[in-house]
Amino acid sequence: MADQLDTYLTLSGLLFAIGTFGFLARRNAISMLMSIELMLNAVNLAIVAFGAFIPALKDRGAVIALLVLAVAAAEATVGLSIVIAIYRNRKTPLVDEYDAMRR
Amino acid sequence: MRAWLYLLAAAVAIGIVTTPAIVVFVFGGQSFDDSLLAAFATLLLVSALAVVTMRDIIRCGLAMIVCFIALAGIYVQLGAPLVAAAQAIVYVGAISVLVLFAIMLTQTKAGPSQLVFQTQAGWAGLAAVVLAVIIGVAVSGTDWPAAAARIHVATDDLARLLFSDYVLPFEVVSVLLLAAVIGGVFLAKRDAPAGDGETR
Repeated sequence: MADQLDTYLTLSGLLFAIGTFGFLARRNAISMLMSIELMLNAVNLAIVAFGAFIPALKDRGAVIALLVLAVAAAEATVGLSIVIAIYRNRKTPLVDEYDAMRR
Repeated sequence: MRAWLYLLAAAVAIGIVTTPAIVVFVFGGQSFDDSLLAAFATLLLVSALAVVTMRDIIRCGLAMIVCFIALAGIYVQLGAPLVAAAQAIVYVGAISVLVLFAIMLTQTKAGPSQLVFQTQAGWAGLAAVVLAVIIGVAVSGTDWPAAAARIHVATDDLARLLFSDYVLPFEVVSVLLLAAVIGGVFLAKRDAPAGDGETR
């Protein structure tokens, strides 16, 4: 079980599905960002698993995972500061109350 | 009284994590790798579910930290200790703190008593289940050209690759991080009050 690629890919798929649910269902903008982090982590797990099991990828999986990690950090910084900037104007973190363009 | 409640909760959590590990160990060929993976996977999925379903958003953030630690453990099992260390430093150390600070900056008093989910939560759950099933079918239906044994990556090989073949992405990432830092400061900066004259 621990030395089969399918185990890790299934785990990654489940984590991605949980993240998708959180992104679509939560009302709080920060919860949605946390769900996006879960989805990024799921993809990273799949990349590392491919790197660990497929000979043609060998070291590349870990390198790509490190680059994804850096991009995820950048995404979290900008996303959270956008949420804080919106909160300062609208006084709410709930995304269904951001309806300025619908009225 | 409350201390007993916390102890009970801790015992239940330990039970949830260790039970699959013990079951896998007893019925699955008595391999320590398998039972360790089962424990980490259970911890990962349970804490991820806690992140997306819990009512109090601070607890969601703390569950997210647990989720990242479990994922670092899985990376160690996959033979990528450098990625595990980077995961612990970047996610557990930096992004979690950032998320917790953002939660504290944007929480209202009425926050936890309001609705957690949107009205589309049912459809979202359905979509997530369908997605999980599709991914599961695709994974089990594909015949991956996998190696016979797991490949263990030496860290110096990885560094050599990162600074030879992947040197351009590496540099681009450094520019991206600089842009993210400047963008984050610019977006979260308070506007100077009107008529103040000086810029901050």
